[in-house]
Amino acid sequence: MKDWRYLMAEQRGTLLALGIFIVMFIIYTTNHPAGFTANVVQTAANKGVLLAFVAMAQTLVVITAGIDLSVGMILLLTNCLASWLVVGTPFETTLGVIAVLLAGLVCGAINGAIVIYGRLQPIVATIATGAVYYGIGLLLRPFPGGSVNEDLADALTGKLFDVIPTSLVALLVVVLVVWVPFSRSVFGRAAYAAGSSETAAYMSGVPIRRGKFFAYMLAGLLASIGGLFLTFFTYTGEAAYASGNAYTLFSIAAVVLGGVSLFGGKGSAIGAIFGALAFRTIGDLLFVFDFDPLWQPLFQGVILLIAVSLGAFALFRVRNRLEWFL
Amino acid sequence: MDGAAPLFRMEGISKRYGGVRALEKADLTVTAGSIHAILGENGAGKSTLIKIMAGVVAPDEGAMTLDGSEVSFASPAAANQAGIVCIFQELSLIPELSVADNIVISDPPKRFGMIDRKAQRRIAEEALARAGASDIHPRALVKDLPLSRRQMVEIAKALARKPRILILDEATSALTAADVARVFEVLKRLRSEGLALLYISHRMNEIAELADHCTVFRNGRNVASYKAGTKSDNEVVELMIGREYRHIFPPKSASAQAATPVLEARNLSWADRLDNISLGVRAGEVVGLGGLDGQGQRELLLAFFGVLRGLRGEVLIDGKPVSIASPRAASDSGVGMALIPEDRKTEGLMLPMTVRENLSFAALDRLSKGGIIDRAAEQRLIDDMVGLLAIKTAGLDIPVGALSGGNQQKVVIAKWLMRQPRIILLNDPTRGIDVGTKQEIYQLMRKLADQGAAILFYSTDYDELIGCCDRVLVLYDGSVKRELVGAEITEHALIASALNIHGEGAGQSQGAGA
Repeated sequence: MKDWRYLMAEQRGTLLALGIFIVMFIIYTTNHPAGFTANVVQTAANKGVLLAFVAMAQTLVVITAGIDLSVGMILLLTNCLASWLVVGTPFETTLGVIAVLLAGLVCGAINGAIVIYGRLQPIVATIATGAVYYGIGLLLRPFPGGSVNEDLADALTGKLFDVIPTSLVALLVVVLVVWVPFSRSVFGRAAYAAGSSETAAYMSGVPIRRGKFFAYMLAGLLASIGGLFLTFFTYTGEAAYASGNAYTLFSIAAVVLGGVSLFGGKGSAIGAIFGALAFRTIGDLLFVFDFDPLWQPLFQGVILLIAVSLGAFALFRVRNRLEWFL
Repeated sequence: MDGAAPLFRMEGISKRYGGVRALEKADLTVTAGSIHAILGENGAGKSTLIKIMAGVVAPDEGAMTLDGSEVSFASPAAANQAGIVCIFQELSLIPELSVADNIVISDPPKRFGMIDRKAQRRIAEEALARAGASDIHPRALVKDLPLSRRQMVEIAKALARKPRILILDEATSALTAADVARVFEVLKRLRSEGLALLYISHRMNEIAELADHCTVFRNGRNVASYKAGTKSDNEVVELMIGREYRHIFPPKSASAQAATPVLEARNLSWADRLDNISLGVRAGEVVGLGGLDGQGQRELLLAFFGVLRGLRGEVLIDGKPVSIASPRAASDSGVGMALIPEDRKTEGLMLPMTVRENLSFAALDRLSKGGIIDRAAEQRLIDDMVGLLAIKTAGLDIPVGALSGGNQQKVVIAKWLMRQPRIILLNDPTRGIDVGTKQEIYQLMRKLADQGAAILFYSTDYDELIGCCDRVLVLYDGSVKRELVGAEITEHALIASALNIHGEGAGQSQGAGA
C-alpha cells in the first residue's frame, strides 16, 4: 500500500521536471501558429534531444558529486569526427558510427582516469580535457564542412509512421540500453554511494573507483551520441567553440531542473532529460510569443531561476544553522 | 559457554598516530557464542582497537589470528570477507540511498549482471526482521529516518552480511529504551546461534545485563579481564581511572560570587538533543560541562551562540532575556560572547589564509572605520595577542595551516580575545594538542576569569575539568544529571555521574556501595 508513496518520493525530482516540461510545452504548442501537429513536435524533439543526450551525460558525472565541463566539447569533437567517418556504404557508415562512439568512450575514460586516479578536481580536469577535445575537433574541421550518410540522418531525424519523431525513439533506446542497466548495476549504485557519502561508501566496501570511472566513461559515450545526432541534423561538422560551451552550461541547468543534486548522490537521467526538454521549450517560448529575440537570454534566465528555486525550499526547515553549509 | 579454542585473538597490538600512542601492546581474545564487553574512558584505545579488527586502520605491530591462522586486513571489505563486521559509532550509511540499498550495499544480489531488486527487497526485509526493526520500510531513504531508526538499519545491515564476529561500538547510544530492549533480544539470540559479539558501551547497566566477559582498557593497554558480574561498578571505575595525576593546573581563585549570572539558561530544550537545561555562569567563574561525549554538550554551546533554530526555553544575559539569532548577534558588544569551536580546522580557521587575516576576522568591525581596515590598530591588537598567548609563528603573513596544532588553537583563541568577550564558551579546546600548550591554555582561562570573564568549558578530559573548573555540570542524554561543586569534583564522581550510576534521584537500581 505504502510502496507507491515511497516511489513518488524517490521520483519527485523527475516528476517535477516532467510537470515543468508539460506546462511549458502546452504553453508553447497552444500559442504556436501551427498548433499541436506532428511537424511542430518533430522540430521540438530534434532540438531537445541533443541537449537531452548531453544532460544525461552530465547527470552520470554529477551523481558522483563531480562535474564534467568537457561534455560540450566531446559533442563537438565527435560531431567533427562523424562528418568524416559516417559516410559511404551502409557497412562503412556502421564502422564510422562505432568509431565515433568509441571516441566518446575514450574521452570519458580519460576524464575519469584523471579525476579518479590522478586525484584532480573534476572541474579543472574537465576544463583542461575539454580544451584538448576542442583542439582536436578544430584540427579535424578547421572550417565547417564534411558530410554524413543522408539516408541514415534522415531516418533518425524524421518521423516514424508519420507521427512519432524518430529522434525521441532513439533517445528511448539509449535510455534503455545505457541508463537503465547502469543505474541498476553495482557500479551505478557505487556511483550514487560515492556521490552521497564517500567515507560511508568506503567503510561499506563499495567499489567506489570503478563506479565513478564507469560514470565518466558512459558520460563520454552519451555525449558522443549527442555528437552523432548533431551531425545528422546539420549534415556537417563544425568546431564552434561558443556552441560547445553553451551545451556544457545548458546541460548543468538541465540537470538541476531535472532534480539532480549538484552535491551528488541524488537524481536520475530521466529527470535530466525532462529538464533538458523543458529548458529547450523555455528558450523557444519567445518565438511563439513574437517577442524580440533580444529578450531571449534574459527571459530564459528568469524562468530558469524560478524553476531552480523550487528545489531550495527545504532549507527553511533546517534547525541547526551549521547544516546550511553541509 | 565454556571457553573452547578462541575464535579470534589479538596479541601485542600497538598503534601510534603521529606522536600520540593510541594502543600499546594490547591483547584481546574472543570466543564464539559469547558477548565480550570492552570498557574504558574516552581515548583509552577502544576505538583504535576495533578499527584495527575491522580493517579500517593497520596496526604498527602485533599479530591477529582467526581460527588459529594469522590474518591481516587491508580494508574493511577484507575484514567483512573474513566474517568480522563492525557497527561503527559514526554511521556508515549512505544518506541518499534507500534502506534496502544500504543493507545490501557491500554485496548486492545480482541477476543478469544487474542488481536484483526483488531479491534485494527480500534480503532487506529479512535482515530488518532479524534486527527487530520490521517497522522500517525498505524503500525509505536513510536521510529521512531519525537517528534511532538509522541505528537499527545499521544493525540490520551488519546482520545481512552473516558475520561470525559482530562488533557494536556504542551501537545503542542513539536508541530509545524500547529499541534497546529489542536489540538485546537480538544480541542474545545471536549469541545462542554461536556468534562472537564485542560490545562497547559506556552504559554500565547494559553491560551488566549482556556481557559474559569484560576487558578494561586504559591508556592504550588492556589492564584487566574478568568474568562479568565478578566486580562491582566501583571497582570497574577504579580500573578505568588508575593513572597518575598531573599538577599542571593553575590555582583556583576563591570565587567572589556576583549577584546575577552573566549567562543564564532556563529550561532550554532543542529537538531531542537538549532537554530542559537550566544553568548560570557568573563573572569570574569557570564552569565545566562534563559527561560522555555526545550527550548534548556541543549542542548546548551552539544554542547559546545562536546557531540552533527552534530553541525552547530562555537565555538571559545579565539577567535580561535575550534572543540570539546568529553568531554575529552573539558576539555583538551588547552580549559579548565568544565560542572556541571544537574543530579548529573547519569551524575555527581558514587554513590557507594568513595568521594575520585569521586573527582579525572576528574583530573586523572593531578594527575598521567606514569599511576600511585600520592597519595600524590591527597591528597593535595582533601584537598584543601574539604576546599574550605566546603564539610561535615564523611571521604573521604565513598560512595558519603551517603552524603546529597547539599554535593553531592559540590563534583560534586569540581571534576571539581580540573582541574582549565577557562570556567565553570553549568546546573541547585542548583536543589533540601537546601538554605544554594545554598548560598555557589552562592558565589563560584562569587569568581571563580573574579579569571578570564568565567561562563555560566543555572537555572530554576529566583531569581538565577537575583542574580548571569551579563547578562542573554533568550532562547525560541532553539534560544536566548532576552538579559538582569545588571539592566534589573528583574523577570518581565525574565518571560515575557520566555513566549515570549512583543516579541521584534517578532510581537506585544500581546497588554499588561507595
